[in-house]
Amino acid sequence: MSSPDQYKYSESHEWIDIEGTIGTVGITDHAQNELSDVVYVELPEIGKEVAAGDAIAVVESVKAASDIYAPVSGKVTEVNDTLGDDPALVNTGAFTEGWLFKIEVSNADEAKKLLSADAYKKHIS
Amino acid sequence: MLAKKATLKTSPLHDSHKKLEAKMVPFSGWEMPLHYQGIIPEHKAVRESVGVFDISHMGVFEVSGTKSESWINALLTNDIRSAAVGEGQYTLMLNENGGVIDDLIIYRVEDQRFLMVVNAAKTQEDWDWLVEHKNEAVELSNIGGNMAALAIQGPKSRALIEKAFPQQSILPTRNKIFFWDESIPPLWISRTGYTGEDGFELFFMEEHSQDLWDLVLKRMEPLGGLPAGLGSRDTLRLEACLPLNGNDLAPDISPLEAGLSRFVSFDKPEKFIGSSILREQLESGKQRMLMPFVISEKCPPPRKDYELFVKGHGKPIGKATSGALSPTLGKGIGLALVQNTFAKPDQAIEIEIRGKRYKGHLTKKPLYRKTS
Repeated sequence: MSSPDQYKYSESHEWIDIEGTIGTVGITDHAQNELSDVVYVELPEIGKEVAAGDAIAVVESVKAASDIYAPVSGKVTEVNDTLGDDPALVNTGAFTEGWLFKIEVSNADEAKKLLSADAYKKHIS
Repeated sequence: MLAKKATLKTSPLHDSHKKLEAKMVPFSGWEMPLHYQGIIPEHKAVRESVGVFDISHMGVFEVSGTKSESWINALLTNDIRSAAVGEGQYTLMLNENGGVIDDLIIYRVEDQRFLMVVNAAKTQEDWDWLVEHKNEAVELSNIGGNMAALAIQGPKSRALIEKAFPQQSILPTRNKIFFWDESIPPLWISRTGYTGEDGFELFFMEEHSQDLWDLVLKRMEPLGGLPAGLGSRDTLRLEACLPLNGNDLAPDISPLEAGLSRFVSFDKPEKFIGSSILREQLESGKQRMLMPFVISEKCPPPRKDYELFVKGHGKPIGKATSGALSPTLGKGIGLALVQNTFAKPDQAIEIEIRGKRYKGHLTKKPLYRKTS
């Protein structure tokens, strides 16, 4: 796994860590902090084909439900089942064990349009 | 967004909240703490130990005058005659249609002098309503603007009050209020709250807020308490099935439908505003009832406006007015306004969340009851 400095970011606060053709997706530390206590995570079905920008998961805090968007197009290959029992991992490890799903990236060019870590920092400041 | 933020009112304790790195949110025209450490730890602190809430956003009115008792009885649903000096009572202010303008606590602090503590979101509306119905025998004063207030809630709230104010030998009992005026600044202390736990509410002039906040927090630390925000205040009150105006109470919901008939008096000499409609509801039967529900399977947090269904009955039977994953029960809970024919404890229901249905049942109030 690379470090968050090397991840790519969406303006809607998802991160993606692409290794080979597989991208791991989560929400940023900034996003989890804004949401506060995450109490439920609804994950996509494995095998689901998604387009960049599709709402494919929901992260719910005590106060609100937030849609999570696919940062790139592709097929969902894996979801983080541990979040079922421990959704708070999204708070404690937004960039690590709180990842949401993995996606087989169908168009590598899409990832190039995402924000760098520096650009994302500027976006949230 | 920025312009809107600039108009939000702030509590006299605003800087203290910032210092504690509270997450501040807009609420009813105020900027108040949602939480400090997190909603769930703060919820648990109140259930297991003690929590301190800044409730300075609540409105406080004073009513006095020789005829104030009967004036109050004509405006509010409960019978104020049953509150002796030093006692508070829960009561409701209704519109002409019998719907709820606000729910509030009124304290009789002297024979013909009363304090009303009202919801922040409704302070102006309540005040305008009172002024509109005022007569010459009554004096009204909106004193909340210069005041601050703290709610100290939880099984260790009494221990905290005793440690913070050792010079005070007597404490009010449930629903009572009295005035402390010795070494500490003018201070009303009441044995009331909005969490389902034992607790106190302190009302004082804003210039003393910093000293009192610091004192209370210092004495709270060894008890394992936490400062607590609006987030846990909401989950705590929902477990206790205490209604939230704007969610479970509204101008088109009557107190009878909300299950609050014991706070409505038809026996008093004064005919209160809305009473004729409530009488009709009593005679013809209610169409809907506010009922607590529990979801028995793992589910996303129930929320306001989610629809409730009964198997074999096509149309929704009602919808949630409040909801949450209960930190104490570990289940989805809520209050829902349901058709009267289905308003029975143990009635099986399903709640629809994003197209999926989750099984549960209606139940009796409260969803949580303190053990001690």
